[in-house]
Amino acid sequence: MKNSIIVLYLFLPFFAFGKTIKVVAGNSIRQAIATAQAYDTIEVKNGYFYENQLVINIPLSIIGENFPIIDAQYQNEIFTIKAHDVTIKGFHLMNIGKTATIDWAAVKILETRNVRVEGNHIENAYFGIYLSASHNCWVENNFVTGKPSEEQNTGNGIHAWKCDSLLIKNNFVKGHRDGIYFEFVTQSSIERNFSTGNIRYGLHFMFSHNDTYTDNTIRDNGAGVAVMYTRHVTMLRNHFDHNWGSAAYGLLLKDISDSQIENNTFNNNTVGIFMEGSSRIVIQNNQFHENGWAVRVQASCDNNVFSGNNFTSNTFDIATNGSTMLNKFEKNYWDKYEGYDLNRDGIGDIGYHPVSLFASIIEQMPHGMMLLHSFMVNLMERAEKIFPSLTPEDLIDNQPVMKPISQKDTPQYVN
Amino acid sequence: MKIIRYVLYDILRSRMIIGYTAFLLLVSAALFATETNASKSILNLLNIVLIVVPLVSIVFTTIHYYNSYQFIELMLAQPIERMKLLLSEFLGVILSLSAAFLIGIGLPVLLFSADGSGISLLISGILLTFIFSSIAFWVAAITQDKAKGIGVTLLLWFYFSLIYDFIVLFLMFTFSDYPLEKAMLGFTALNPIDLGRVFVMLQMDVSALMGYTGAVYKQFFGSALGMFFALGVMIMWAVVPLFLAIRVFKKKDF
Repeated sequence: MKNSIIVLYLFLPFFAFGKTIKVVAGNSIRQAIATAQAYDTIEVKNGYFYENQLVINIPLSIIGENFPIIDAQYQNEIFTIKAHDVTIKGFHLMNIGKTATIDWAAVKILETRNVRVEGNHIENAYFGIYLSASHNCWVENNFVTGKPSEEQNTGNGIHAWKCDSLLIKNNFVKGHRDGIYFEFVTQSSIERNFSTGNIRYGLHFMFSHNDTYTDNTIRDNGAGVAVMYTRHVTMLRNHFDHNWGSAAYGLLLKDISDSQIENNTFNNNTVGIFMEGSSRIVIQNNQFHENGWAVRVQASCDNNVFSGNNFTSNTFDIATNGSTMLNKFEKNYWDKYEGYDLNRDGIGDIGYHPVSLFASIIEQMPHGMMLLHSFMVNLMERAEKIFPSLTPEDLIDNQPVMKPISQKDTPQYVN
Repeated sequence: MKIIRYVLYDILRSRMIIGYTAFLLLVSAALFATETNASKSILNLLNIVLIVVPLVSIVFTTIHYYNSYQFIELMLAQPIERMKLLLSEFLGVILSLSAAFLIGIGLPVLLFSADGSGISLLISGILLTFIFSSIAFWVAAITQDKAKGIGVTLLLWFYFSLIYDFIVLFLMFTFSDYPLEKAMLGFTALNPIDLGRVFVMLQMDVSALMGYTGAVYKQFFGSALGMFFALGVMIMWAVVPLFLAIRVFKKKDF
C-alpha cells in the first residue's frame, strides 16, 4: 500500500497541467480558490492573510512561498478539503477557533483521497491536521505547535479517523492533547515523527490494524503512548523517552495481538511497556534503560516473546500481578544478573528471575513503595537472590546473555 | 562557651572524626567518579548516608560521653549550670560531626550535583546527625555502665535502620485489606531514617514511582506543607531526646 502512495506521488505532477494563479498580500485567497479550475495551482506569496473557512471542492495545488501567514483569528477553521488530489504546502496557519461541537482544524480532509499536506507550520490550532474517512493521503514535514489548556478543550495534533493508507512522516507535534491520534486507521505508515509535550498521549491509536510505526520519537508527554484493541502493529526503531509521571507509560499495550516491537529504546519512563490482555507480540532487541519499571506484564497476557532485549539501570525490570506466566523470556541481557558462564558461550549457566522480591511485594501492597531503597529492602533482595522463594517461579530467562547486546545506531528524528 | 571550645578541640584532635571525614569523602568521591549520572550517585550516596551517619553519630556520641565522664565530673565541681554543661557537650559533638559530614559529603555533592536532591540529602544528613547524637546523649545520661550504654545505642540504631521497616512490612501484610495510606504517613514519621529517606527521594526522579502506587503519600510529602512537616518532625526527633537527656542529667547523682 505504501508503495502505491509513492507511485501516485511521483505521477502527481503530471496530472497538474492546469494554469497557475498568483496571490499576493492584500488579495484574497478565497477569491483565487473560487476562480480556479480543476488541477490549477494557486501560488500564495509571502504576506499576512486574515481568512478562514476556505473550502476546496476541486483538485487544486495551493502553495505558499516563504510561509505566508493565514490567521483565522480564532474563528472557524482554515482549509476544508472535500476534493481529491489537493496539495497544501508551505503555509503558516494560525489561531484556529475552538468550539465544543465541531472539531475545527487548520487543515481538515473529509471523505476524499490523494491529498498532500506538507511543509506547513501550524500554530495555536484546536486540531492541527484532521483526516476523516479518507485514504491515500500524505502528511509530511509539518510543524504543529499548540498551547494546551485542559484535556477536553485541547485538540489533537494530527488526527485521523476511519482512514486507510496514510503516510504520516517527519512531523513535529507539540502542545496538543494527543500528538498523533488514530482511530480505525488501517494500512498506514507513521515515520520519523517527533511528538513531545502533549498533555495526554504522544501517540494514541485504537482499532487501527496493520499499521507500521518506525523511527518516531515520543518524549515528555503526559502519559506516553497508548495503543489499544489492535492487531498487526509493527513498531520499529522508535524512541520512547522520558514519559515521567505518576500515571505515565512509555508504551501502553491494551488488547494488542500479533504484533512486533523491535529495536526501540525506552529511556526514563515510569513504566517502559505496560501490557494488558495482549497476545502473540514479539518484543525483540529493544533497549530498556533507567525506567521505573521496564516492563509490567499483567497475567492476562499470553504467548508474548521477549528476546534479545537489554535491561539496564531500571528500578524494576519486570513486574507482574499474578503467579501464572504464559510469556516467554529468552536471551535477554539483564544488568542485575549475577550468574556465571563456565563454558564461555556468552549465555549464563543459571536462569535469571527478572521479577525482584520488592517488585512482587509492591504488586500486592502498593503502599510498600514507602520502603523503596531502604536498607531492609536491599537486604531482602539479596537474600531472595540467593534463596528464591516468593518471586514467580515460571517467570525466568533460562538463557540470560552475559554481555549487553549491541544494536545498530538507530536514526533520530531530524528537522 | 569556653567549654564548647574545649570539647571541640578535644574531638577534632581525635582520630575517629578524621577517619569519619576521610571515609565519607572517599565514598562520595568514588561514587561521583564512577557514576556518570549524578542523580544515581545521589541515590547510592543516600543509601550509605542512611546507614553510616546514624551509626557513627550514635556510637561516637556515646563513646565521647563516657570518655569525657571525668571532665564532666570536674566541671560539675565548678559553678556552672548543669544544663549549660550538657548543652556545650552536645553542641561540641554535633558541630564536629556536622563539620565532618559537610566536608565528607557536602563538598562533593555541592561540586557535582548541587540541585534539589543534593541539598535535601545534606539537610537530612545533618538532621540525622542531630537526632542520633541527642538520642545517644539521652541513653548515656540514663545508663551508668559504658558497655551497656554502647550496647543500647547499637540496638537502637539496628532498630531504626532495619527492624522498624520489617515491622512496617509485617503490618502492611497483616492489614493489607485496610486502607493504609494515612497510616503509612504516620509510620514514616515514627522513624527518622525513613523520614530522611523519603524527604530526599521526593526530590528525585524516582518519586514518580511513589506517585504510581501511593498517591496520597506523594501528594502529602511532595507538597510544601509535607516538606515542612517532615522537617518539623525530624527537628522534634532531635529536640525531644535532648530535652529528656537534660532532665535526667540535671537530677543525676555523680
